[in-house]
Amino acid sequence: MFPAIPNPNVATDAAAPRFGEKDILRRSASTVTPPATRLTEVAKLIDVSKCIGCKACQAACLEWNNLTEEIGFNHGIYTNPMDLTPDTFTLMRFTEWVNPETENLEWLIRKDGCMHCEDPGCLKACPAPGAIVQYSNGIVDFQHDNCIGCGYCIKGCPFNIPRISKVDHTAYKCTLCSDRVAVGQGPACQKACPTQAIVFGTKDEMKEWADFRIKDLKSRGFENAGLYDPPGVGGTHVMYVLHHADTPSIYAGLPDNPRISPLVDAWKGVTKYVGLAVMGFAAAAGFLHYVVAGPNKVSEEDEENAERLADGAPPPTPAGPVERRTP
Amino acid sequence: MTNAWTDIKNTDLVVIMGGNAAEAHPCGFKWVTEAKANRGAKLIVVDPRYNRSASVADFYAPIRQGSDIVFLMALINHCISHDKVQWDYVKPFTNASFVVREGYGYQDGLFTGYDEEKRDYNRDSWEYEIGPDGYAVVDETLQNPRCVWNLLKQHVAIYTPEMVERVCGTPKDAFLKVAEMVAECSTPTKTMTSMYALGWTQHSKGAQNIRGMAMLQLILGNIGVRGGGMNALRGHSNIQGLTDLGLMSNLIPGYLNIPTQKEPDFTTYMSTRAFKPLRPNQTSYWQNYRKFFVSFMKSMYGPAATKENDWAYSYLPKLDVASYDVLRVFDMMKQGKVNLYFCQGFNPLQAFPDKGKLAAGLAKLKMLVIMDPLETETARFWEDHGTFNKVSPADIKTEVIQLPTTCFAEDEGSLVNSGRWLQWHWPGGSPPGEAKTDIWIMAQIHLRLKELYKKEGGAFPDPIVNLNWSYKDPGEPTPEELAKEMNGSVLVDVFDPADPTKKILEAGKQLSGFGQMRDDGTTAGGCWIFSGCWTEAGNMMARRDNSDPGDAGMFLKWSFSWPANRRVLYNRASCDLDGKPWDPSRKLIEWDGAKWTGYDVPDIAPTAKPRDVGPFIMNPEGTSRLWVRKMMRDGPFPVHYEPFESPVANVIAPKIRGNPVARVFKDDWKSFADIGDPNFPYAGTSYRLTEHFHYWTKNNHVNSVLQPEQFVEISEELAKEKGIALGGWVRVWSKRGELYAKAVVTKRIKPMTIDGKTVHIVGVPIHWGFVGSARKGFPANTLTPFVGDANIETPEFKAFMVNIEPSTGPVVA
Amino acid sequence: MSAGKLKTHAAEDVEPGDAVRPGHPVEVSRYTVGARINHWITALSLILLALSGLALFTPSLFFLTGLFGGGQWTRAIHPWIGVVLFFSFAGLFLRFWRANLPAREDGTWLARISDVLRGREERLPEIGKYNAGQKFVFWGMSALIVILIASGVVMWDQYFYPYTSIEQKRVAILVHSIAAVAIICVWIIHVYAAIWVKGTIGAMTRGKVTGGWAWRHHRKWLRELVGTRPGKRPPTPAE
Repeated sequence: MFPAIPNPNVATDAAAPRFGEKDILRRSASTVTPPATRLTEVAKLIDVSKCIGCKACQAACLEWNNLTEEIGFNHGIYTNPMDLTPDTFTLMRFTEWVNPETENLEWLIRKDGCMHCEDPGCLKACPAPGAIVQYSNGIVDFQHDNCIGCGYCIKGCPFNIPRISKVDHTAYKCTLCSDRVAVGQGPACQKACPTQAIVFGTKDEMKEWADFRIKDLKSRGFENAGLYDPPGVGGTHVMYVLHHADTPSIYAGLPDNPRISPLVDAWKGVTKYVGLAVMGFAAAAGFLHYVVAGPNKVSEEDEENAERLADGAPPPTPAGPVERRTP
Repeated sequence: MTNAWTDIKNTDLVVIMGGNAAEAHPCGFKWVTEAKANRGAKLIVVDPRYNRSASVADFYAPIRQGSDIVFLMALINHCISHDKVQWDYVKPFTNASFVVREGYGYQDGLFTGYDEEKRDYNRDSWEYEIGPDGYAVVDETLQNPRCVWNLLKQHVAIYTPEMVERVCGTPKDAFLKVAEMVAECSTPTKTMTSMYALGWTQHSKGAQNIRGMAMLQLILGNIGVRGGGMNALRGHSNIQGLTDLGLMSNLIPGYLNIPTQKEPDFTTYMSTRAFKPLRPNQTSYWQNYRKFFVSFMKSMYGPAATKENDWAYSYLPKLDVASYDVLRVFDMMKQGKVNLYFCQGFNPLQAFPDKGKLAAGLAKLKMLVIMDPLETETARFWEDHGTFNKVSPADIKTEVIQLPTTCFAEDEGSLVNSGRWLQWHWPGGSPPGEAKTDIWIMAQIHLRLKELYKKEGGAFPDPIVNLNWSYKDPGEPTPEELAKEMNGSVLVDVFDPADPTKKILEAGKQLSGFGQMRDDGTTAGGCWIFSGCWTEAGNMMARRDNSDPGDAGMFLKWSFSWPANRRVLYNRASCDLDGKPWDPSRKLIEWDGAKWTGYDVPDIAPTAKPRDVGPFIMNPEGTSRLWVRKMMRDGPFPVHYEPFESPVANVIAPKIRGNPVARVFKDDWKSFADIGDPNFPYAGTSYRLTEHFHYWTKNNHVNSVLQPEQFVEISEELAKEKGIALGGWVRVWSKRGELYAKAVVTKRIKPMTIDGKTVHIVGVPIHWGFVGSARKGFPANTLTPFVGDANIETPEFKAFMVNIEPSTGPVVA
Repeated sequence: MSAGKLKTHAAEDVEPGDAVRPGHPVEVSRYTVGARINHWITALSLILLALSGLALFTPSLFFLTGLFGGGQWTRAIHPWIGVVLFFSFAGLFLRFWRANLPAREDGTWLARISDVLRGREERLPEIGKYNAGQKFVFWGMSALIVILIASGVVMWDQYFYPYTSIEQKRVAILVHSIAAVAIICVWIIHVYAAIWVKGTIGAMTRGKVTGGWAWRHHRKWLRELVGTRPGKRPPTPAE
């Protein structure tokens, strides 16, 4: 058994948050000085091979975060609701997959939710200062007071996680229970998981635990068992143990090689800088032109010519080469 | 459970068959994942559906519902024919060597003594041969053709892998793979655990399903050992407590019996309960029956129970039938023979079969009293909910009274878990509105009845008027008082007969255990098996010390486990004949030369010498039983009987329909579909989902979010055949009723070939009804047949025949 | 470009409401009240869009959200202003598209862009109501507004989230930002030209320019206007 996180110490001084503003590593649309020393990186490890799809994590998430998801419909599958929503930060996704090698059916059940990327695409895409922060322990958290509800985080996210609430028009996703972690607790989903398919600890511990699990899976014939900690986003603070780590996408579309979309990179990178430069250049060019060429003024002669023309007087001599009209 | 939940971590092989532990017992299932992760244990799932348990299994084998006995007997056959038997266990610790009386026999699916008219056996021939010494005859060489072992070999011979494929639909290869993995556990150092639940009990031969696996476990030497056992996963947090406390019409707390009409006096009653040992030196612990019974009567009637009046034996009701189980009561209700019905924490309109019949019964009551923390369908049976509950309220005269009760989280008290642990709990919140505890309500009713009987007399007021009610506040006894009463106490000082100056029991003290109970009226105890739960040392159930010496998974200082805080029943069998553990790395107890010691409370007298006394101390044989004598109504060995509704005739006994001794009420025969009825071609089965708990959690928003709407599960093949779309509406109907649901079309269910015929399975989760926050739906019992197990009347919810068609959904009136 | 596609009729240069009033100086009506209101609604929309859009485009300009009552308001209002712009511009488009069709002299005008920039209009051909630069602004605006509204709808999550994939939204948002940069540049050219060419702003404020202004910058248009006056023969350039 992975050692359980002890129950909270109820001593008055023990409830002091262990991290906060001072531990912010990245802040959306802002420049921050990273803290001199990082907190120990934390991670949640989801062992898909141990998960029985009971949805206790989903229930615990709703309860702890005080969320009210609507009662939906059955769509011919155990997954419910059918997708993440502003009120469903985590969702069990069920996939029936026939292993082409063994021809055995496998029921792949993956707990979907924010991966807490080391290089968070949401944070990169976010235009609102401080709406998304990354703590130095790796947790990526949304600050709803600063969120403007633009949905850029959705486009930035390589995992399709954040959802915009129709009620308060801000973005929601798993917080990795930053409020619980701040006082030394594990996330609610981890606490509720009956089989320890979800465990929580330092990232190093989690990797070590994953190795132990992967060995067990390999001994059971899952040759491609492995850890999902995708390097394309700098690694994640939510990791999976997969029996088929060679094909993550069979687990309800878990990206095989997630990375921040090049479109998002282009948008938040070159477009931003080049765009500002081009606009600045255009304005400056106008200004320079005015200084150099001076105003283009109408002369007295022009007025006279016009008066003559209006009075039906002989037409003045064209000033320059005349375009001949072709009948 | 013979073992504890925590002990499952000690196993090498988990067989989930007749249950779906991951789905229905996700918290307990953690011990399976522990065993897998840390011991490299393997998990086998045998089920009609590839279910949540199967999703984490090492091997899954499909089986048609209702054919488990074929599979289990074939496993036994496999072990016997491949010599995968733990002989050092089987020979001394089972009744394999016992010789069965002449005249006993078995042919064509029936044992000797069958009376077709009565649908019952004369079971007199189902006994051991008794020798001139008064003990059962044994043949330790197992040569006698009438010894249990040879009868067993003969009995299971027809259950071959081919028969499994033919009747169960399990591919032969898959069966053999399971058999191979199971057979490996016949060595003393490998154990297998069986985890089962309603998938085995809810059949007309439910008890025999379980016996089948118990026999296999004995042959493998897996009973009484760490990581072994027969582990019944109970469906409610306190359903174990319910049976322990005898909340059955035929039981007294602690598995004592309510007398029958044939036992008009105490002497007659006790004459069949002597429990004389069948082998020399054996404990036959039930010899103490009288002590438990008398202590119970003293607890019930106090000073009114005296030696002179046979401890108020006359106060007890005498059964005129085997039992007044729920099926019988509802059958009587439908006949207009019941006036008043109390539903205490019970929603029978959803929980018992054939909703139509149940509703008709309720409508004939004069009064229905509901004690429940929740709004239930039963309380609203008279309300018209269109298709969901089509009734005409004006025609129903039943007066319904709802008494809101607290729920477990608002109460103090103990719950008995599947592993027999009595765990004390404290209120987590205050009850809402006018909710009152069940204790308060029952006390108030009792006090008023007592008053009426005192005032008006009546036919037989004594049992009510003399009921011992010595609580501080008679209007609301406290859980502490009741718990102490169940534990038992000393009523009168008791002195050592050898030395009359030595007081051995002091009046007013709590008993330390049932070993102190006496049959002379000096002790009282409400439930002997619970004795030890609240002693002079305090509330043992409230203990929360999770130390675990030897990492054995026993946790002796956590709560209290009946009996006597023992965590693994029959744990003497974890050692060989000389008292040495079969597997030293998994020691439970051992004989240290003078006494039994170890990590668990020994299930044997502490100084009983190893070779003298057998480990199965409750049995007069001192051994376990591969052959159960006449203790079960439907045979000493399990026989495959088809469900009452079945797609095929019984291959091994084509003339027999269902279980030949299961009780069927006269009117119900015509409500069963014929065998192979083309109008009902699909094999239905009902089950639970993790997201819901029975019919409770549909009242809870979060659970309703997780699984909002009723569905049925069918194979892709059936969906294609019937033109049913994924997530589309279907209508499912049996001969008794219909329901509408969404279709979950899945690869997890496959059509099976049974006796050459393609059989499709229709899975029906049970959780929806017409009250609650989830979307309205239909209980599965609109479809299920009104018949129960031959021994204990658990309804046959797991196997019935239905038809299915695409639909546009229920017409909501 | 074939001759057939070029503007060949003088009438296409003259828009309803264009008129010459002799006097001292000559007054030339260039834009009707409707056209001017239409223009300024469009202009205001575009400015607000640029400000709110830039606020969301780069963190260094996020402070601009203060103009709109904060980030939430900015996010909510921007697309609606876009809708206003779209329809408002559609009005301008219907008014002006004919006069902005390419004409033969546009090529010459463009070929002599350095003379244009130096203000040596005597070296340029006579121009109709709009010169090639103005036409470039007109068609540039038209095309970019179509691109912006289309890509904007794709990224307008509040109403249109389910209809496109996230990848499509990413393309849209990139296109939207590039198009926005482009339209701001076009707008800068437009505004600068109006400032640089004195006497122009009056066209959009009072609706009028002086005859001299018309003579200098849009002589062909002026001749056409004079020619269309009742009782006058159409004036033609010297042949």
